[in-house]
Amino acid sequence: MPLNKDIKKVLVIGSGPIVIGQAAEFDYSGTQACEALKEEGVEVVLINSNPATIMTDKEVAHKIYIEPLTIAFIEKVIEKERPDALLAGVGGQTGLNLSVELFEKGILDKYNVKVIGTPIESIKKGEDRELFRNVMKEINQPCIESEIIMDMESGKAYSMKLGYPVIVRPAYTLAGTGGGIANNEEELEIILEQGLHMSAIGQVLIERSVKGWKEVEYEVMRDKQGNCICVCNMENIDPVGIHTGDSIVVAPSQTLSDKEYQMLRSASIDIINAVGIEGGCNVQFALNPNSFEYAVIEINPRVSRSSALASKATGYPIAKVAAKIALGYNLDEIKNAVTKKTYACFEPSLDYVVVKIPKWPFDKFYNADRVLGTKMMATGEVMAIGSNFESAFLKGIRSLDIGRYTLVHKDMMKLSLEELKEKVKAPDDERIFALAEMIRRDFRSEMITKATGIDRFFVKKIKNIVEREEMLKTFTIDMLTKDVLLDLKKNGFADKGIGDLIGVSPDVIYKTRMKWGISPVYNMVDTCAGEFEALTPYFYSTYNTYDEVTVSNKRKVVVIGSGPIRIGQGIEFDYASVHAVKALKKMGIETIIINNNPETVSTDFDISDKLYFEPLTEEDVLNIIDKEKPEGVILQFGGQTAIKLAKFLQAKNIAILGTNSEQIDTAEDREKFDALLEMLDIERPKGIAVWNMEQGSDEAEKLGYPVLVRPSYVLGGQGMEITYTQDELVYYLKNAFEKDKKNPVLIDKYLMGKEIEVDAICDGEEILIPGIMEHLERAGVHSGDSITMYPTQNVSSTIKEKVLEYTRKLALGIGIKGMINIQFIEHNEKLYVIEVNPRASRTVPYISKVSGVPIVELATKVMLGHKLGELGYGIDVYQEPELVAVKVPVFSTQKLPGVEVCLGPEMRSTGEVLGVGADIYEALYKGCLGAGLQLVKNKGVVLATINDHDKEEFLNIAKELNALGYRLMCTSGTAKFLKQAGLQVDTVRKLNEEEPNILNLIKNMEVDLVINTPTKGKDALREGFMIRRAAVEKNIAVFTVLDTIKTLIEVTKRYQSDLEIKDMKIYNMGK
Amino acid sequence: MKAKLILENGMVFEGRAFGYIQETVGEVVFNTGITGYQEVLTDPSYYGQIVTMTYPLIGNYGLNLEDVESQTPKVRGFIVREACDFPSNFRCEIKLNDYLRNNKIMALDQVDTRALTKILRNSGTMKGIIALEDVSEGYIKDKLRAYSNTDAVFKVTTKEKYTIPGTGKHVAIVDYGIKANIIRSFKQRNCKMTIFPANATYEEILNVNPDLIFLSNGPGDPEDLTEAIETLKQLIGKKPIVGICLGHQLLALALGGKTAKLKFGHRGCNHPVKNLEENKVYITSQNHGYYVEELPLDTSVTHVSVNDGTVEGMRHKTLPIYSVQFHPEASPGPRDANNIFDQFLEVSI
Repeated sequence: MPLNKDIKKVLVIGSGPIVIGQAAEFDYSGTQACEALKEEGVEVVLINSNPATIMTDKEVAHKIYIEPLTIAFIEKVIEKERPDALLAGVGGQTGLNLSVELFEKGILDKYNVKVIGTPIESIKKGEDRELFRNVMKEINQPCIESEIIMDMESGKAYSMKLGYPVIVRPAYTLAGTGGGIANNEEELEIILEQGLHMSAIGQVLIERSVKGWKEVEYEVMRDKQGNCICVCNMENIDPVGIHTGDSIVVAPSQTLSDKEYQMLRSASIDIINAVGIEGGCNVQFALNPNSFEYAVIEINPRVSRSSALASKATGYPIAKVAAKIALGYNLDEIKNAVTKKTYACFEPSLDYVVVKIPKWPFDKFYNADRVLGTKMMATGEVMAIGSNFESAFLKGIRSLDIGRYTLVHKDMMKLSLEELKEKVKAPDDERIFALAEMIRRDFRSEMITKATGIDRFFVKKIKNIVEREEMLKTFTIDMLTKDVLLDLKKNGFADKGIGDLIGVSPDVIYKTRMKWGISPVYNMVDTCAGEFEALTPYFYSTYNTYDEVTVSNKRKVVVIGSGPIRIGQGIEFDYASVHAVKALKKMGIETIIINNNPETVSTDFDISDKLYFEPLTEEDVLNIIDKEKPEGVILQFGGQTAIKLAKFLQAKNIAILGTNSEQIDTAEDREKFDALLEMLDIERPKGIAVWNMEQGSDEAEKLGYPVLVRPSYVLGGQGMEITYTQDELVYYLKNAFEKDKKNPVLIDKYLMGKEIEVDAICDGEEILIPGIMEHLERAGVHSGDSITMYPTQNVSSTIKEKVLEYTRKLALGIGIKGMINIQFIEHNEKLYVIEVNPRASRTVPYISKVSGVPIVELATKVMLGHKLGELGYGIDVYQEPELVAVKVPVFSTQKLPGVEVCLGPEMRSTGEVLGVGADIYEALYKGCLGAGLQLVKNKGVVLATINDHDKEEFLNIAKELNALGYRLMCTSGTAKFLKQAGLQVDTVRKLNEEEPNILNLIKNMEVDLVINTPTKGKDALREGFMIRRAAVEKNIAVFTVLDTIKTLIEVTKRYQSDLEIKDMKIYNMGK
Repeated sequence: MKAKLILENGMVFEGRAFGYIQETVGEVVFNTGITGYQEVLTDPSYYGQIVTMTYPLIGNYGLNLEDVESQTPKVRGFIVREACDFPSNFRCEIKLNDYLRNNKIMALDQVDTRALTKILRNSGTMKGIIALEDVSEGYIKDKLRAYSNTDAVFKVTTKEKYTIPGTGKHVAIVDYGIKANIIRSFKQRNCKMTIFPANATYEEILNVNPDLIFLSNGPGDPEDLTEAIETLKQLIGKKPIVGICLGHQLLALALGGKTAKLKFGHRGCNHPVKNLEENKVYITSQNHGYYVEELPLDTSVTHVSVNDGTVEGMRHKTLPIYSVQFHPEASPGPRDANNIFDQFLEVSI
């Protein structure tokens, strides 16, 4: 069937804020789907609450609504825009669930919107566990023995019958949220209770554990006509039991013979035929490593994280093809975007190995429980391509940006074999290094396989790496022959890795390579293993013989991407990288992007003129630059990952466009920066470095409490904190100096003022501030974790002028050419600088979208020599918009056991939403709603435990809550305080008191909201920590800064009736 | 030890010799299947050819005694990027290197197989020699000139007629180098089979009074098999005839059509074929260097290749004759087109 001409206007629902389990991959697939729809002349209406996305760009959709992803707001969009169709499968689990709900509530019928792509009935067959099992039974596909459970008692009974361990999987949740493996009844009680609660429909599946089986995935596609293809299969190196999002995955499968491969491929196709998929689908299998026995784990009837990975691994654009199928096309009517000759109706053939490694947030969340299981914890991932497994694997390891170039890990060396064995049996993020260390100590490979369930094929591959590492340890540089070096390079060893093991600098290895002419060549990802000529320049490095890159003699620029999504370096940086490429293209410059994140838009081969899918280390980047000889390199948009290459590249005489290495250093080196501030006569909060506890106490006394403390040299576990008393400070310092005696701790005066933030562009003479932002929470909350308002609401014009003046001084003083991000504190009507970043920041997409200033484009042009005056957006501060927009952070702490919940100086959020309104309250209402922050209407119970210095301020909040109809429950101290002020408060017993105490209340979900302002952070044993964790795990909103709850109360007061919300406007940001 | 592949056009690819180390000459072709190297090695259609696999890691799951398409490997040589010496699979019984050595097949690894594939794609399939030492140009020329594969079918066909009992339809199979999975596919459908050597006469075949005559796959150029074509001419109209691959090409020639050589062939597991009768696309397993360029009179195309539009299946307009170019028996490759065997049996009496 060709294009269905009846479809003229399509609604696309995005996936909302980045959370663990739903990240940038949906920006990639959503953007691709929107582009595919537009190509066919269809009008695209988009709703997505996440502003940090390419898909919410003007160029991507015709109408863009950055509004909360709730039924009410989607209905508003439908009512206003009257689309004739809804594409359900590109917005992740969020988009899919909302589509089903819109259908069930009759909203789609009401407005005559039909679902295109996989029909709702099929989605339900794929998502509803019971329906799915019935379908599988009908077509004789084995499922893992399981039963749907809706209450605790039947859960226990069934698990008893099945025999422990059992797996608990809640229905309709994301990335296994609320599930887990229960080894006994005690564990079951905990997991089941949580699972039942987390499931949108109070349903969980209890299933037989097939822990240890191979986990294999197939990415399959089907059109209306019933044509089916398999894009790719993938084998998880980690066996069943570790969520696939937390597994190291290799594509294609390595240990399946054709018989097993085809058995599972046929099963996948039978399944998508029976379910009735029209588009893409992911099918997960558990395969017994000792027989042909297999079981279907689950399917995802939509594009997914795995489909993004499969697209990047093969060059087959799944989301694009899915969108075309939704419009009526059959697979054989869609051209293969890579060869442009063959059709989408074929199966990619790979002639390389792809390895995906998850990126976990444990470097930031040191106290987290790192053991991997059925719940996903990774925030992002890297992908690497190589001609063999070893090279892809080692490329992947160094792409993680964790400072590792080999499998040697000092912490593992300290462990005994027993400890290492325990570590790989209860695997965490470092299991590969533990496994390597076991191999290093001659632990038998077969027994490693037995302990871990990791196939001996992969164990042997890791052994190949370890053996070479051990050889190198015995080497001196003279022993390194050409043949050995070439073999090492073929096996993925980095110059730095080799150098570290031999004891020479990477530069020595680099020069040795140059002497012997050992350089990588670049091969193409062409979907067809070289069978057909391919036109898409998507490359990976390999030490083969023939290079497939044609180097042009055009003007060209390399843009360095930001690598895997992590806390603090999210999708915003991919947004900026993509826009830099687009700006360069507009200027007629050839664009080359280097990045290693398979989830992103920047690694879509359609974005740049050339894509190098490579690690972002000095060597890997230099190899490409050596080959391409670009006019310059842009680092400002790739976050710290890119910025930290500056010094190296400059030393290699490579032109860094915009702010150069010394200038970057001026902003980043504390001493140089202090000197600059002094020269410019700009103040920062007073501070000093201390070397011991006594000195610390003395200095803090002089500065006056509260003080902000942080290590000068960041080691895992000891972050930044605000201490209010000497006790708290001493506690912190004791810990810090125990961990690291060699480096000082920095103590700064903590100014409890208002935080103000700007992103600015400087051309060397003039600056442009697209917008001045104000943080809602008081200083001390990380800028990424606070609600940000634009235009500012409470900043005087005098201060704004100061902001402009300081920004100009700093930008010119540092020598910025391009982007700068500055954070200020306004305290007692004085302005202080707290941080300067000589690069694009996470607020760039937010401000670009709201102000209408194409920030990245302007910055890119400035870097290439343009002057702000000629670019059409003026200089100084850009005019403020009529609408108010707030950026509200979104957290994934629920998914990370053991991680602190409260807001503080260290960033914890994973994503953000935008709220746009005519005034600040409308914007905040939408922002909070989009972020899932809402006061439960009527008769809620608020549990409050407030620290001493916040009690006074809390009094008013308590009164307001009371007035709104909330019942207050507090522990004795807070209760006594509030009672004295005449409020009615119930007292609850503290954690150390007899039960039922505060923890029971939370666990029984007898409270709707927890307000807890912390005393001492980072101490997992403390009561506050346990309260916060318990609440967040029960999905109860936790507020740890009074500003946030105050705001929410204000918003709730204003929007109490449904009518007001019904009349609330929505705004098309695509104009 | 080091060894090299020298192509007809003079290009040299260095690698490391493994398997049975002895010089070998053959037609160099590439296969894009990611899995299925054991089936490829033992597929008689590869007789006389040096096969290079585009997937770089070969031998990962070893070999076993079950997944064979004929009793012994039939390739002349085998070229891979990385031969796995530590296979892992619950059915693995022998390592790639050991299997090849015991079966006297010369192999090369550490070859830039992608570069080789692109040469073959651009210049077309050509002859090559895997040499162990430096050899003169003249020596290579002589060796390549001496290489001939015209009798390939007679090297791989059954020597004697044999039967496989069954309760269903009786299929007379002409074995030009049949893959075992074709026999298994008929067996699954309870067929009785009489398997004839490639040079069986039409009387011999008709004597068993089959319900259906099946012409198998096999190696080489169909035009070389003049006698077989004559035999077929006599069989046409007498009994329903179906065929796969070489069988399909021979049928086309016997009916007056034309065959030709493809530049670099179709060899892999990912070939889309459109069934025009159902208007549906199947992903098929393919292995052919020749194709039906011109259809015989009174036949119509049933299947076409989505990639290059070549004929992938034909049916006679009046006679019970039906054949396909691709491999519905898979092994290796997708089993999506397995119902072709049912369609074959529908053609029978």
